[in-house]
Amino acid sequence: MPVYRDDVVAWIKAVGEMIAENSSYLTELDSAIGDADHGANMERGFKAVLNKLPEISDKDIGTIFKTVGMTLLSTVGGAGGPLYGTWFLQAGMKTAGKMELTLADWTEALEASLSGVVMRGKAELGDKTMVDALTPAVNALKQAIQENQPINAALELSADSAKKGMEGTIPLVARKGRASYLGERSAGHQDPGATSTYLMLKVAAETWKKSI
Amino acid sequence: MKKLINKPENVVREALEAIAIAHADLLTVHFDPNFIMRADGPIKGKVGVISGGGSGHEPMHGGFVGMGMLDAACPGAVFTSPTPDQMLEATKAVNGGAGVLHIVKNYTGDIMNFEMAAELARAEGIDVEAVVTDDDVAVKDSLYTAGRRGVGVTVLAEKLCGAAAEQKRSLKEVADICRKAKGFGRSMGMALTSCTVPHAGKPTFDLPEDQMEIGIGIHGEPGRIRMPLKSADEITEMLMEPIISDIPYKPGDEVLMFVNGLGGTPPIELYIIYRKAHEIATKHGLKVVRSLVGPYMTSLEMAGTSITLLKMDADMLKLWDAPVKTPALRWGA
Repeated sequence: MPVYRDDVVAWIKAVGEMIAENSSYLTELDSAIGDADHGANMERGFKAVLNKLPEISDKDIGTIFKTVGMTLLSTVGGAGGPLYGTWFLQAGMKTAGKMELTLADWTEALEASLSGVVMRGKAELGDKTMVDALTPAVNALKQAIQENQPINAALELSADSAKKGMEGTIPLVARKGRASYLGERSAGHQDPGATSTYLMLKVAAETWKKSI
Repeated sequence: MKKLINKPENVVREALEAIAIAHADLLTVHFDPNFIMRADGPIKGKVGVISGGGSGHEPMHGGFVGMGMLDAACPGAVFTSPTPDQMLEATKAVNGGAGVLHIVKNYTGDIMNFEMAAELARAEGIDVEAVVTDDDVAVKDSLYTAGRRGVGVTVLAEKLCGAAAEQKRSLKEVADICRKAKGFGRSMGMALTSCTVPHAGKPTFDLPEDQMEIGIGIHGEPGRIRMPLKSADEITEMLMEPIISDIPYKPGDEVLMFVNGLGGTPPIELYIIYRKAHEIATKHGLKVVRSLVGPYMTSLEMAGTSITLLKMDADMLKLWDAPVKTPALRWGA
């Protein structure tokens, strides 16, 4: 069974709720190695997204993703705005006109998101950024396709891989963003961007499991 | 938290509303998206000069909007980069047909948001160049960090580029002035106390009464070293040494010396810093030919200072002396 347009809308709604619930947690992670605004910025952004959602929830998935991207871009600020904005804009371009997503469609969209984020932020794997969670998630989806895994299992594998990637940022020394000013002192802390990325993919696996 | 505010979430908006009324002769303020623009802009055939960044550093950048300096400034939330739609709308609003220069401070968020705005503006047919300032010698400049932070040189570059644009120089020539300032200028700062971001409600970092932070960033980012408080002269030496040794300044070089207040330090103390900094520069054979002393790039209520040295040539001196008419910087006009 594919992921339908209404499932995508449900996911975005669930992400908004999850971000609001975890706002202090994300800010706490950010205050250890950044500037203590990741939770507040993401919360402001997804609040705006939730407000916009009713007027776009009857559109195609590409339009929905693109609107989410533009909204995040103009409300989040900091580094998170352009990065998550790019994530959804790229996914929106890959899903233009679609009313449902196969596992291959979702994988392709997320892969486009990853390359967009890498191009925008110029971070590589191991720089202690959201790329460290998103890359293994995309790789897990691709492998699941090769192994002919059902979509449910594939989504769970990708969330699990993102989680491992997120946990893997703890010992890393940051090479990008404000955390890099700390040099060695950034080691021992989990990256807030990798954390919000994992949470979003976890919510995707949970939300879509119920409907497909 | 003890602040002259109403509600934390209204700080930026209320300040912008007031700036619009207080300086109505010089500028206009646009809301949603927020940007401050020169009252008489856009000016036909003149390069537009834009900057922006998180709020909380006033008068930078909004206080520098006006004749001879910035055409527009885009204020973000406190200490948070503005968003691309602000820079895009400001770029379109100030474009007089000769292109627009973006002066961007080197912070990851600022760079990405300005880059996206520049891409969108170019897609609409506007010529945009961006120059990133990165003069803070407290931060190691390496491939493994985000690079040096943009601080005091940004203010000086905005003045020089604004003057160059006023002379109707081309976009490339105005951007070259900015690149020259970036190459010739270095800064370092220190803090006596932390600052408190309104929506955070508590100090950004803990700094005990008898301690100071050398190499602080303008958002309270950690510096090079935390140590017991010393005298103004000793502190000035600690700031000047890394600045002077970073660029190979040569005896006989003419420099502009900018002693900046971070918000909570009174001008009388800034002059005590300036006295020693001038003495050290002179000892190195540098000729201090221009000076700027005051709180021009603040960090909310942080007590502390930053010193910027900018090597000047004849053209830069002329641009510095050219008339400027903005809320925070005004001479010859």
